[in-house]
Amino acid sequence: MANYLPILVFILVAVLFLAASLIAARLLRDAGMGRTNREPYECGNEPETLALDHRFSIRYYLIAVLFVIFDVETVFLFPWAVMFDQLALFGFIEMMIFIAILVVGYIYVWKRGALNWA
Amino acid sequence: MSVALAAMLAKIGLWVAVLLAVTPVMAWVERRGSAMIQDRLGPNRVGPLGLLQALADAVKFLFKEDLTPSAADKPLYYLAPALAVVPALTTFVVLPFGPEIEVGGETVKLLVADVESGVLLFLALASLGVYTLVLAGYSSNNKYSLLGSVRAAAQMISYELALTLSVVAALVPVGSFRLDEVVLYQVEGTWLGFLPHWNVFPQFLGFLIFLVAAFAETNRLPFDLPEAESELVAGYHTEYSSMKFALFFMGEYMAMATLSALAATLFFGGWHFPGIDYTGHWAIVALKGFSVLFAKVAAFMLLFVWVRWTFPRFRFDQLLRLGWKVLLPLAILNLVVIAALTIGGVL
Repeated sequence: MANYLPILVFILVAVLFLAASLIAARLLRDAGMGRTNREPYECGNEPETLALDHRFSIRYYLIAVLFVIFDVETVFLFPWAVMFDQLALFGFIEMMIFIAILVVGYIYVWKRGALNWA
Repeated sequence: MSVALAAMLAKIGLWVAVLLAVTPVMAWVERRGSAMIQDRLGPNRVGPLGLLQALADAVKFLFKEDLTPSAADKPLYYLAPALAVVPALTTFVVLPFGPEIEVGGETVKLLVADVESGVLLFLALASLGVYTLVLAGYSSNNKYSLLGSVRAAAQMISYELALTLSVVAALVPVGSFRLDEVVLYQVEGTWLGFLPHWNVFPQFLGFLIFLVAAFAETNRLPFDLPEAESELVAGYHTEYSSMKFALFFMGEYMAMATLSALAATLFFGGWHFPGIDYTGHWAIVALKGFSVLFAKVAAFMLLFVWVRWTFPRFRFDQLLRLGWKVLLPLAILNLVVIAALTIGGVL
């Protein structure tokens, strides 16, 4: 665990820099103008509704779900890649079967049109 | 003070100094570079060749009014710019910039944190970048920002798959997460007797996938849909001003430096260059290693700038088609081929 200590120091330095720059800006800048400046920017129109009152396309959600499926696959690939020498041919064949199953799922998703936008 | 502690502090100091200098230097390169490509002058008033322009910009950022929209979700609104900088900066802890050196009888590795998890830690920190964009867009409570951030999230997770798969393929012949071992694998021997033993030669396809995905991960043109000035007026950071905006700006350049450094290390031999002698006094060795890595990263950064001012922006459906229907199957194919070649004893 001692090897991870420098990372903590590094993060600390980064946070210190961040705090210093934000505090410097706070001390130096003008106080600001007031209410109209704090309205959501909408190219000069007064906003009738807020962004979070609206919905966005379900497609984005679909992409997120597909990502989770394929990302779990890569989680399994990492240890295999590192133990590649020890697992040798057995590991290779095992992983090819695993990838083949995934490719079947991928083709299904593609055929169902989940990868198309609109 | 022991050698190990001094070395650690020196390495941290070096990276922090270099990385904080990345943004002003790149801002200058980007503006002068774009001016050169578009046959105009670019900033040339502040200092010689406009070199002090970044300093003037920094002063401006400090004095500008800082707006927090009244409808914003304040804690998340403040968290987003911090997340843009800190993880991107921290990724460099696992990056080796030279061979092992001997200082005062002790062996010192030229990387900040010598940890087993290496690349995994790097990718974990680098992929925190998506939270920056999502939180910034969501917490601003602005329609353009929200659209920009959902786009950003979809784009980054789509290309992260291809990126990760190309990294896995690069690790297969090495058999370790440690980036210093990845470099050592590329130092020994040659390909076909005359090419350096860099991964880019057998894994050129993997490198191309990585490169395209890196452009998408950093939201650079031709994949800058989350910002898309002409339709989303800067997208996820529309509502940010003053120093908080500057932090997003820094985060973007640091993310570019991060992925450039990973590309240089995984595919182009990191600190290694054929013909350079890495023996002798430790300071010279460290300087040589660092200079070579720095030159490689700089070359990638210039490529980022060059591409930005050369290609038009993708449409969103084109972007997703490229990610899911072209890069992902290619990345899987690349991994299978590399694994087969490694089993066959070619790599």
